[in-house]
Amino acid sequence: MRLLNRSVGRLSRHRRGRVAGLVVLLVGLLLTGGLYASFAPAQAGKADSNEDLIKQGRELFLVSCSFCHGQNGEGLLTKDGDNFGPPLTDVGAAAVHFQVGTGRMPLQQPGAQAPRKKPVFDEEETAALAAFVASLGTGPAIPDETDYDLDAYLESQGLEGDELAEAREASIVRGGQIFLSNCTACHGFEGSGGAMPRGGQAPKIRGVDPIYIYEAMLTGPQSMDTFSNGNLPPDAKRDVIAYLNELDEQPAYGGWGSGGLGPVAEGMWAWLIGIGLCVGFAVWIASHSTRSKKEPSKGVDA
Amino acid sequence: MSDAHDDKHDDKLPAVPEDEPIANPGLPAHTWRPTDVDPVAERRAERQVSAFFTAGMVFSVLFVVAYFAFDKDATIGGWGAHNITLGGSLAGALLCIGVGMIQWSRKLMADHEIVEMRHPARSPDEDREATLEALATGTEESGIARRPLIRNTLLGSVTLLGLPAIIALRDLNTGSMDVDQIYHTLWGATDGTDLPRMRVARDAIGTPILASDLEIGDLVNCVPHAFYDPERYGLRPSDVEGTNLQVEKAKAALILLRMEPGDIRPGKGRENWDVNGIVAYSKICTHVGCPISLNERQTHHLLCPCHQSTFDLADSGNVIFGPAGRPLPQLELQVDDEGYLVSANDFVEPVGPSFWERDYFER
Repeated sequence: MRLLNRSVGRLSRHRRGRVAGLVVLLVGLLLTGGLYASFAPAQAGKADSNEDLIKQGRELFLVSCSFCHGQNGEGLLTKDGDNFGPPLTDVGAAAVHFQVGTGRMPLQQPGAQAPRKKPVFDEEETAALAAFVASLGTGPAIPDETDYDLDAYLESQGLEGDELAEAREASIVRGGQIFLSNCTACHGFEGSGGAMPRGGQAPKIRGVDPIYIYEAMLTGPQSMDTFSNGNLPPDAKRDVIAYLNELDEQPAYGGWGSGGLGPVAEGMWAWLIGIGLCVGFAVWIASHSTRSKKEPSKGVDA
Repeated sequence: MSDAHDDKHDDKLPAVPEDEPIANPGLPAHTWRPTDVDPVAERRAERQVSAFFTAGMVFSVLFVVAYFAFDKDATIGGWGAHNITLGGSLAGALLCIGVGMIQWSRKLMADHEIVEMRHPARSPDEDREATLEALATGTEESGIARRPLIRNTLLGSVTLLGLPAIIALRDLNTGSMDVDQIYHTLWGATDGTDLPRMRVARDAIGTPILASDLEIGDLVNCVPHAFYDPERYGLRPSDVEGTNLQVEKAKAALILLRMEPGDIRPGKGRENWDVNGIVAYSKICTHVGCPISLNERQTHHLLCPCHQSTFDLADSGNVIFGPAGRPLPQLELQVDDEGYLVSANDFVEPVGPSFWERDYFER
């Protein structure tokens, strides 16, 4: 009994401790999250057939997407008649795979930009959502590897040796011309992104998984125009992606590229470092030139 | 202020008038630098200065070593090796020499106050007279006043020297001096002939575009198909090569956009200029002629990257923001027998920036 009393006393002492509130809050959050995770419909079993996949996708859709896009992906309007969530009946599986796979959807909050973030759904759940949305209407499917990967495509064509290297280089050069004509206005000369009106931005497209670049061109997410297969043929898209990959392997001979913004932005670094060094030395020299209170000893002339 | 210092430094000052309203306080007492009074500090400063000069030598040698050590394509950490090493060592050498010299003068060179009085800006009278006299002598001896023929021909030859500079500006025009060429583009190359209408081709790819291939939301950067197949339109290959290609492309570059037909608010007389929601506008900004293709899909707003002029492509290309003075010229589109997009005729107004003789086009 005494032992119990003592432990209760110790507990109540801790209850008044400074971190007690935080600990209780954390335990509460963990419990809530754990309970939600074990009961949430996202944990539906692995889908066996396409029908099951669509069914699983629909369940996920109702929980995570229907608030803005409507229960059947028909889209919702604001009271002013603007799009609250656009209809998804004809966007296709590729649009879902891009938006959900790059974490843009589900949207955290409405605004000028749907930023890329850590994906909420895993591969399997994304595939289920894509299958469900694709079942709602028409729209492009998720592309194959030979669609967006130049090396995989050339391999599938049975090219070898010099022929392969030549075809590869020709494709990259062509991709560069197409990129300069169609993409640089928004994404900058080396795909590092740029500013868009009203606080938006064209994202950096370097180092992005090629399948997402392909799907973005195919579906035209957010402010981006569509580059459908009737607009930019599939091989042209593949060449653009090959060009972007090639850019990554090019050394930055000029030093910091600063996103290819141009000589002003790059010159800024020279100013910051060069003038910074000069200022540093100037401060050092001046701070050591203080006057002395002493007088020179005899025989020394100033 | 000690008397000893006053004696030493005040002798350089000019005599002060007795009746000065506020007494001249003279110079403050001279104080000494640590290097003047402390032999240890003096030797340290000497070592510092020579260390900087030595580092300058090392950097110069490093420059030579780096020049020969690296291949011109070599890289260090993804950067060009020569740019980093040559630039760094040269900058280091100059910086070290500069810092050493400043440190030398601040710490070790002579350190006394110097007073220099202001002088009147006006030259002494005798100097002025001498100058005028020299001028008069020069005029008299050259005889420029007595010989008007020489004077006038000299003036004429110097004036005419401006002509070569002005006439060389003519070369800024790459083609002929025919002002009329501003009004015509390749979109109207077959106007008034039996040749086929100019097809709209994808820029950099070169293929003509089937109207049925485009989806709503598609944006295509286009050029005349004649760039890739001149014979079909009765042109010679040389018409679309080299300088001619640049001139024609600068005028004919086109933006094609397919939107919901219901979104389009056509201008007067332009009700049928689109093909099933596909509209075509000049890609050349009407402000100073930058190529534009920064389009916002949801708003159909086309933004010029140079000065942020914004055009509404759903509303006849009207300017809704920025310095551009005129809407983007619109091209009337049609479909030919095979379903490809073609221009119905040339632009009805000149593309690009405004110019003096430009007529105003009612719309």
